[in-house]
Amino acid sequence: MNYHDLFRATLPETVLECAALLVLVADLAFFRNAAAKSRAAIAAFLGILGCGVALWAVGTAGSLSYGADLLLSSGGTATVAQCAVLVLTALTLLLLVDAEFTRNPGEYVAVVLMSAAGGLLISAAQDLLVIFTGLELLSLGLYILTAFAKKSGKSAESALKYYLFGGMSAAFLLFGFSYLYGLSGSTNLQAVVHGAYAASANGGSPLLYLALVMVAAGLGFKVAAVPFHLWAPDTYEGAPAPAAAFIASVSKVASFALIVSISAAALHFMAALQPAAQTAHPALGFHFGWGLILAIMAVASMVFGNLAALAQSSVRRLLAYSAVAHAGYILLGLAWFSSTSRSAEAVMYYILTYGLTTIAAFGVVGVVERATGSDKMDAFLGLQKRNPLLAAVMLVLFLSLAGIPPLVGFWAKFNLFAAVLEVGGGAAPFALVALAVAFSAVSLYYYLQVLKRVYVMPAIDETPIKAHPVSMLVLLAMGAAVLVLGCFPALLQNWIAGFYPGI
Amino acid sequence: MGVHFLLAADGISRVLVLLTGLAAVAGVLFSWNIELRTNQFFAFFLALIGGVYGVFLSFDFFLLFVFYEIAIVPKYFLIAIWGSTRREYGAMKLALYSFVGSAMVLIGLLASYAATGSHSTALIDLAHGGLSPHFQMWCFPLVFIGFAILAGMWPFHTWAPTGHVAAPTAASMILAGVIMKLGAYGCLRVAMGLYPHGLDPWGFTFLGLGSWRDVFAVLAVIGIVYGALVALAQTDFKFVIGYSSVSHMGFVLLGLMTLNQIGETGAVMQMFSHGIIAGLLFAIVGRIVYDRTHTRQFGDLEKMHLARRLPFAAWAFVIAGVASMGLPGFSGFVAELEVLVGAWSAKPWWTVVAGVGIVVGVAYTWRALQKAFFSDRLPTPEEHSKEGWHTLGAITWPEVAGVTLLGAATLLVGIYPHVLLGQIEPAVKALLAGGGLQ
Repeated sequence: MNYHDLFRATLPETVLECAALLVLVADLAFFRNAAAKSRAAIAAFLGILGCGVALWAVGTAGSLSYGADLLLSSGGTATVAQCAVLVLTALTLLLLVDAEFTRNPGEYVAVVLMSAAGGLLISAAQDLLVIFTGLELLSLGLYILTAFAKKSGKSAESALKYYLFGGMSAAFLLFGFSYLYGLSGSTNLQAVVHGAYAASANGGSPLLYLALVMVAAGLGFKVAAVPFHLWAPDTYEGAPAPAAAFIASVSKVASFALIVSISAAALHFMAALQPAAQTAHPALGFHFGWGLILAIMAVASMVFGNLAALAQSSVRRLLAYSAVAHAGYILLGLAWFSSTSRSAEAVMYYILTYGLTTIAAFGVVGVVERATGSDKMDAFLGLQKRNPLLAAVMLVLFLSLAGIPPLVGFWAKFNLFAAVLEVGGGAAPFALVALAVAFSAVSLYYYLQVLKRVYVMPAIDETPIKAHPVSMLVLLAMGAAVLVLGCFPALLQNWIAGFYPGI
Repeated sequence: MGVHFLLAADGISRVLVLLTGLAAVAGVLFSWNIELRTNQFFAFFLALIGGVYGVFLSFDFFLLFVFYEIAIVPKYFLIAIWGSTRREYGAMKLALYSFVGSAMVLIGLLASYAATGSHSTALIDLAHGGLSPHFQMWCFPLVFIGFAILAGMWPFHTWAPTGHVAAPTAASMILAGVIMKLGAYGCLRVAMGLYPHGLDPWGFTFLGLGSWRDVFAVLAVIGIVYGALVALAQTDFKFVIGYSSVSHMGFVLLGLMTLNQIGETGAVMQMFSHGIIAGLLFAIVGRIVYDRTHTRQFGDLEKMHLARRLPFAAWAFVIAGVASMGLPGFSGFVAELEVLVGAWSAKPWWTVVAGVGIVVGVAYTWRALQKAFFSDRLPTPEEHSKEGWHTLGAITWPEVAGVTLLGAATLLVGIYPHVLLGQIEPAVKALLAGGGLQ
């Protein structure tokens, strides 16, 4: 490794960090006295520009190794996730145009960009230390973003909760990593998997399972899987809308990309084993334990997330619990992971489209919240009369989240569940997929509760809700994307498949 | 992924597409007086019709499922926004029942897709994908029940009466007339077409039931009798029609379970016939009568002497009722006769019990007719001279056109059934031969 390679491999991250500094300097030096609206617009524009340049840099970035050990991978999941992180970050920045929660838009954009750099890092990370550094870079930014609405007590409260939970889960993760290092003598993912297998083959080591549980706790926190989801409802409720959208989409995409990397490393090793060895120790080693833990978290998240969402009266909390449920579906796809790229593609497809949908949902919530001052369901009463376009966007987004065809959410679910069934024959995966499908029927109920207020129930207050033309345009575009991608699922699917080497 | 936009039509599809067209046109005619959010009403209505057409024409399981779900959401909004009695409850109940049913179908779709490994979801590829009899044995009831929920199979029928009553006229016409046929069509085309071995005997008997075929036939027969008996006890005019739909859909399911040419033909015929007749009945009750009297309770209607004040409605209901009872000359007669003959050659006692349902059917139709229109008492002179006696609005031309359209359709098919049988019979023959998915 030399500095030239390092620079080349981390060019997207470098670009984002430079853009963050540039935004900060430009905002403070030149636009300090400009109107708040234009300050926000300029900061957002510079940030999006940074994302655009970084997106170009992703295409040129290669992988990075230290000796024989891979530190950062490129291509496949890494590239897909990095592109997604950048595009979704740019979309959340667009929501800033219509937000009024801060007087320091430059700082907000800078923190978003730095956080996104952490997201880029863990999307590609193949080494425990890089993973941890990237995760912390991502998370620290998220805590700040949650607390960014300085005038709101809720914002500060939820940020503190998020921070405390996050600090603890990071400790768990690091503890788990230290055991893995102790078992395998390496921090490289492939080597860790190899070492873990060797350790368990010689009589089995409970330490391995302890380590896996701790790692799962740390990552489960990031993706808000039950039982590590407790921060999600509060944070989704308290954070400013663009920040909540960022947490719900970009951070999720990067974290799931990380879990994909870990699962892929486990399987890569399993596939390299002799078939005889594979059948000799089916219940041993990294792969089995990892899959089992993910499956347990998946079931708990699906069941608990969907049931808890039924009882919510705040749309933001509802979105939080629905995010928990969606994390459950995705974890199901990760628990039965294929040795080909089938599962990875399905998971990336799901999380990408989910990220897009949820950003737009928070955009709509943000607009309504600014007009009514509340994110309660009753704030949405009669939205079809107050702003028909916004109501139509909301209809499309929520039906997509519920998995109604021909919207993209349905295709993502179908693709993911089909991948699970193709990988895992037998009763257990089938039963869990059946459970997941049954719970998406449950989820329709709470999504319809919101849409009922938008379309069916009469408005209390009929004054029109106005949205900034730019944010309206962005929301319409995202709603249209959900519809178009659902009608032509192959568009995105082929794009994703293009990054994976043929089998 | 092997999903194709594969549309095709055999005789069964063509008949049901014709039914959808008739019901949709009539539905628009009977929605002539919608004034609340008219644009949204017709947008949802057309989305619903589009989904229905899609289901009847899809020969790809995935595509069929997509259209099937497209038909669910507009129903919810149509009922919840423009409905009447307990509309939000009825709409939500209907949406959740439909979604649970479609979730079962989706599980079956995913399982079949994974099991064939053929990487195609076209019905023909799945049917030739070598699904093992054991797989078919458990997948068949899953998919069949999933679809049959929407077909109103007892005991999963309870969404139907509440949904029908809550829905605005056009929506209840489509709901009873076409949506319930979606379920029955799914049972026939998908469940029975893909998993023929699911109907094989289990190899043991439990309570006299030896196969899924026996189970569903018994449920169908129970539905026929139960629906008719409950219809006999209703005090709300629209609930009578709602429960009669459950009863008539029982004939469709019974016909499907006969597994012989005449019974299956009768089932498809009954889908068409009931679609037309139920649409007509709901139009008369929901639009022509209710919009003028603002009540559907027999107790109130009895005092209104509607036969004198709305003779058009009364005689239209007589025709529709007679058709619904299954009198010769109307489509219902051809359909139910064929189902009963088919059932007789399968298991005679099915026919006997279903026959009881027909008798009760005559009773509840007669009772509704008498209570709503032809109450015995003559109006007293005071009533006659009372203010408001003649204020029931005149019958409008869209109503006349709608009644004529549907009435003519049932009469034409009743007098010259070959017009449809010529379409249905070859398709059913091909389906029974096991190769109906070309």
